[in-house]
Amino acid sequence: MNRFSYARPGSVADAVRELAGHPAAKVIAGGTNLVDLMKYNVERPTHLVDVGRLPGLKEIEEAGEGLRIGALVSNTAAAYDERVKERYPLLSSAILAGASPQLRNAATTGGNLLQRTRCYYFYDPATPCNKREPGSGCPAKNGQNRILAILGTSEHCIATHPSDMCVALAALEAVVKVVGPNGERSIPMADFHRLPGNMPEKDTNLHADEIILGVELPEPRFAKHYTYLKLRDRLSYAFALVSVAAALEMDGDTIGEARIALGGVAHKPWRVEEAEMMLRGKTADRRVFAAVAERILEGAQGFGHNDFKVDLARRAVIRALSQAARGTPQSQTDKRIQ
Amino acid sequence: MYETHVGSPRNRVDGRKKVTGTAPYAAEFTAPDLAQGYVVNSAIAKGRITAIDTKDALAVPGVIQVFTHQNRPRTAWRSTAYQDEVAPPGKPFRPLYDERIHYSGQPIALVVAEDFEIARYAASLVRVSYEAEQHQTDLTKVREQAYTPKYRTSMGPPSPRGDAEAAFGRSPVKVEGSYRIAVEHHNPMEPHASTVVWEGDGKITVHDKIQGCQNTQRYIRQVFGLSASDVHVISPYVGGAFGSGLRPQYQLFLAVMAALELKRSVRVVLTRDQMFTFTYRPDGLQEVAMAANEDGALQAIRHDLIGNTSTFEDYTEQTVGWSGMTYHCENYKGTYKVAQLDTYTPGDMRAPGAPTGLFPSESAVDELCHKLGMDPLKFRLKNYNQVDEATGKPFTSKELRAALQLGAERFGWSKRNHKPRSMKEGNELIGWGMAVGMWEAAMQKTAARAVLTIDGKLEVASASADIGTGTYTIMAQIAADALGLPIEKVTALLGDSSLPSAPVEGGSWGAASTGTAVELACHAVREKLFGYARGINDSPLGAAGVNEVQFREGRIALISDPSRFVTIQDAMVAGGVDRIEAEETASPSKITMLKYSSYAHSAAFVEVRVDEELGVVRVTRVVQAIAAGRILNPKTARSQILGGTVFGIGMALHEESMADHNLGRFMNHNIAEYHIPVNADVPNIDVIFVDEHDDLTSPIGVKGLGEIGICASPAAIANAVFHATGKRIRELPITIDKILGTKEAA
Amino acid sequence: MADLELKTRQGFAPDAGHESGASALPDEIPITLTVNGRRQELHVRPWTTLLDLLREDMSLYGTKKGCDHGQCGACTVLIDGQRMNSCLALAVTKDGSEITTIEGLASPDGTLHPLQEAFIEHDAFQCGYCTPGQICSGVALLREGHAKTAEEIREHMSGNLCRCGAYTNIVDAIESVMAKETAK
Repeated sequence: MNRFSYARPGSVADAVRELAGHPAAKVIAGGTNLVDLMKYNVERPTHLVDVGRLPGLKEIEEAGEGLRIGALVSNTAAAYDERVKERYPLLSSAILAGASPQLRNAATTGGNLLQRTRCYYFYDPATPCNKREPGSGCPAKNGQNRILAILGTSEHCIATHPSDMCVALAALEAVVKVVGPNGERSIPMADFHRLPGNMPEKDTNLHADEIILGVELPEPRFAKHYTYLKLRDRLSYAFALVSVAAALEMDGDTIGEARIALGGVAHKPWRVEEAEMMLRGKTADRRVFAAVAERILEGAQGFGHNDFKVDLARRAVIRALSQAARGTPQSQTDKRIQ
Repeated sequence: MYETHVGSPRNRVDGRKKVTGTAPYAAEFTAPDLAQGYVVNSAIAKGRITAIDTKDALAVPGVIQVFTHQNRPRTAWRSTAYQDEVAPPGKPFRPLYDERIHYSGQPIALVVAEDFEIARYAASLVRVSYEAEQHQTDLTKVREQAYTPKYRTSMGPPSPRGDAEAAFGRSPVKVEGSYRIAVEHHNPMEPHASTVVWEGDGKITVHDKIQGCQNTQRYIRQVFGLSASDVHVISPYVGGAFGSGLRPQYQLFLAVMAALELKRSVRVVLTRDQMFTFTYRPDGLQEVAMAANEDGALQAIRHDLIGNTSTFEDYTEQTVGWSGMTYHCENYKGTYKVAQLDTYTPGDMRAPGAPTGLFPSESAVDELCHKLGMDPLKFRLKNYNQVDEATGKPFTSKELRAALQLGAERFGWSKRNHKPRSMKEGNELIGWGMAVGMWEAAMQKTAARAVLTIDGKLEVASASADIGTGTYTIMAQIAADALGLPIEKVTALLGDSSLPSAPVEGGSWGAASTGTAVELACHAVREKLFGYARGINDSPLGAAGVNEVQFREGRIALISDPSRFVTIQDAMVAGGVDRIEAEETASPSKITMLKYSSYAHSAAFVEVRVDEELGVVRVTRVVQAIAAGRILNPKTARSQILGGTVFGIGMALHEESMADHNLGRFMNHNIAEYHIPVNADVPNIDVIFVDEHDDLTSPIGVKGLGEIGICASPAAIANAVFHATGKRIRELPITIDKILGTKEAA
Repeated sequence: MADLELKTRQGFAPDAGHESGASALPDEIPITLTVNGRRQELHVRPWTTLLDLLREDMSLYGTKKGCDHGQCGACTVLIDGQRMNSCLALAVTKDGSEITTIEGLASPDGTLHPLQEAFIEHDAFQCGYCTPGQICSGVALLREGHAKTAEEIREHMSGNLCRCGAYTNIVDAIESVMAKETAK
């Protein structure tokens, strides 16, 4: 770990000022990813702004017809909150599919939004990586890319976004509330994470001087027909090879609004709205699901070791839609896949 | 009814220390003058260091020294001095020896500082320039360069018998296949660590993560030119090792070097990522062919392997021999070659070579059974052998038949429909698979000491190790029974180089060797004690011989009339002593070694459930039936089998060290991305120990249990996957992509 | 093909040259922690993790370092009653917290916590290195109330790796304590 100074501001305004005053500062709350990366010398902040105790960010509150989850609400608190479980069970399920109880106790909602890729090369400073060291190259493309992206990649980076929570938030069209020197702004989930393009070092559209206040969930609509299906290399405590958050409004067998977001396949939770539109008004049926899956995976491209993900993602979309349509969401403890 | 400790389920004698966190491991010894080291590793796989700049690192307040090849203190120059007790043939790697880079991750500098965080930070400031040379880490690219190595003792392929080629050619039913198992890293939960305490005057006390403290001691003496009295190694607890602690690893060299040079105490602990910078289970390209008659009689076995080694040592293990020993077969041929890669030398990892060789051969048996339309259990009983056909010697004992029968019964094997894809529930295909396993039952020359004191306490000690296997506990059980004491009165000591000599603990020989030595030492104490008891005037024991008395509850009593007894205290008082000490050495029987083959056997039965559409495999049921001689402690013995089975699940489904051959480097070098089984991956495991009497293998009838649990499990799982899906997967681990990407067998 | 790019690359920290090693260390920061019931005033550097503080500064070596990156659970302790990986918690951020480690689970008179007893009875460990983390995790699991069945226990204990493979015995140990608590 490099040397850095530490501050624990008492208010959000102070925190924003603190951040603005130190160009190479980083915000810390749970620390589950930042401290991890600092020990690898991947993150090298010169100043840490501890927002962990800021007032007003640890609550889950009613917000209009929706719910607002403060940035400092732990993954555990969010997942087991009665309102979240009842109204947004997809979010609860996705959170519980990730990490371990210990990590979920420490990890926060805001921090999870900023979780960085698990790409082996990004994590290993002895190797080149455009995300870690812009311009140094991407050995992953011709290297060990089993866990890496098949959609939305660029010649510079094929990293994936690793969070499970964010996949659910994307499907639920949550909005991220942030604050910076110029005041507050809202970033829809669809715009929060970026594709790597020619700036893979930038994971999100959050500015360096901004702090996440929380996420707002819109009116709950998918509490019955949803699932979070996560496929990985062991049955728990592993990052997704592919995950699917599926949420449907159903009228009998007929699908109304549909949302599908994929994790583990791209630099951000992957949504294709046209594919979702294909479901509207249709009877829940495997053939329809297959066509939707095909549309979502359009243009998907593997890099060798991860070629299988294209087919796997297709299959996972179909299964997830079946689970959601049936109203039999995937359990995160019963490892039999519904 | 008097219950002996041996044979009864007993809690671990070190249990309380382990559940309270008070058992000290190598990195948990300290000293007032302790400095901490942090290792810098090579970024390239081959070439040389052109410059190494330590200026900024040295300038960090609290940094004491940065050691590199440029300022390494003088150590032995002959590479033979670096050869430890279990080194394979070759020239061992010498840390910081010169500017040459032999493998990616090679240690190239040690930063020593006042505390760990300063050392870690300063290590990040060491700047290294390299001149890279073309490296090779891909075994498939050097197949043509494979050569017949200098085999380690008994690691060569067995002699061929019959004519495997001809028999294969003329047999009506045959299978052939290529197999591969991913490179695995041991990853014990405790990272490798050495704490070297500077005692002054050139003397050091070393706490090392090692499976044999005298191996560490010898290595230090040879490399640093110290005398035995200068080096005391104390390593009472080892947080798992599975073979990674057989040889002294580089953190030991670095810590000792720094301590001797700085004349102060130094601790070096490897990071989890650095646990991927030394030994591992080797890569291997295997070909197995088998043929049988229509009636299922096995006719021919061919088993060829090209394994990898490093550029500096020839590592070999017994891999291709197993296929020729498991069944009766008159025609067998095995070959074992190695090819060099720019990696560290592979090493022994839990049952080295056995699951590696048995996965292909037991897969081939399963495939043969499928072709024959024969029950795999029936095939194994039909081709059963009672003689080790590799040597022609009979087995000391072999109750595999009972294991097969009891295991099958417990599992419900008779209900199996042998047709693949015949069982389905919901989205899951269900498969039942089986395999057999073998592991050599060995004994090694080992000494132990027993000391009985007049307060009725007994101490037994040996320089061996307990790496989680339960050695402390069985020593205490054996000792308590030998002198008829409550187990609480017995203290077992291990992991101290000043104790009676013992080799590294490994190969499942620990219980047989240390256990026998402890029993011999206790019996020697018993003889002396009995002499004192008999010497009492009008001794209640009369003229009885030692075989006519029993040692129970602190008394020496006549078997014929237990009311006539002498207490231990009275006997010692009569003898005028307040302590009785004896040291004995146990050695393997030369006659047994000459006339017999000795192996433990297992039969594993596994149920898997496979969601075929998504490629997800779950192990849902395991029965392991074990024939391993006498079971000293059913509780800890069962744990050994559970552990071996979980290791087998890891090999079958999860574990894979992924190398980037462009960089010549393992890339998933952490335990988030190198997957070992977690709790959710492990179902109920039913362990059966079958009765097996064997007084030839070791005097105490023990065969050892550390390895046998893993031997059959990977093949049984792969065979269950075949039964579920009809897909024969010949490369481990069986991951989602392989289930999706493999076609059903015809 | 060797990546020739590496020929000129530097070692472990490519951008290390931007920093001067000689820069002064930031001041130590005063914090208060209650560790196993004992309130302590401490001065810590900002980069000291709770795990290193416990092990290196307080000699509480019961909490283990298995990976130092939140991948194994060996460092699990209870922070204000919740199980967390102490390797990823900077000590300074835990100012004011109550920490319970494996050393704090038994009663002062030496009576073991029921789960410690159950671990011994069920042989729920071998080498013992993951054990303190498993037990702290299990103690928290019992309090959390989210896991009732063996299957749920397995999932909720999956953040604690055990290379010796004692998993089934760990589940048995937890179930036995759970059954006793339910019977009360």
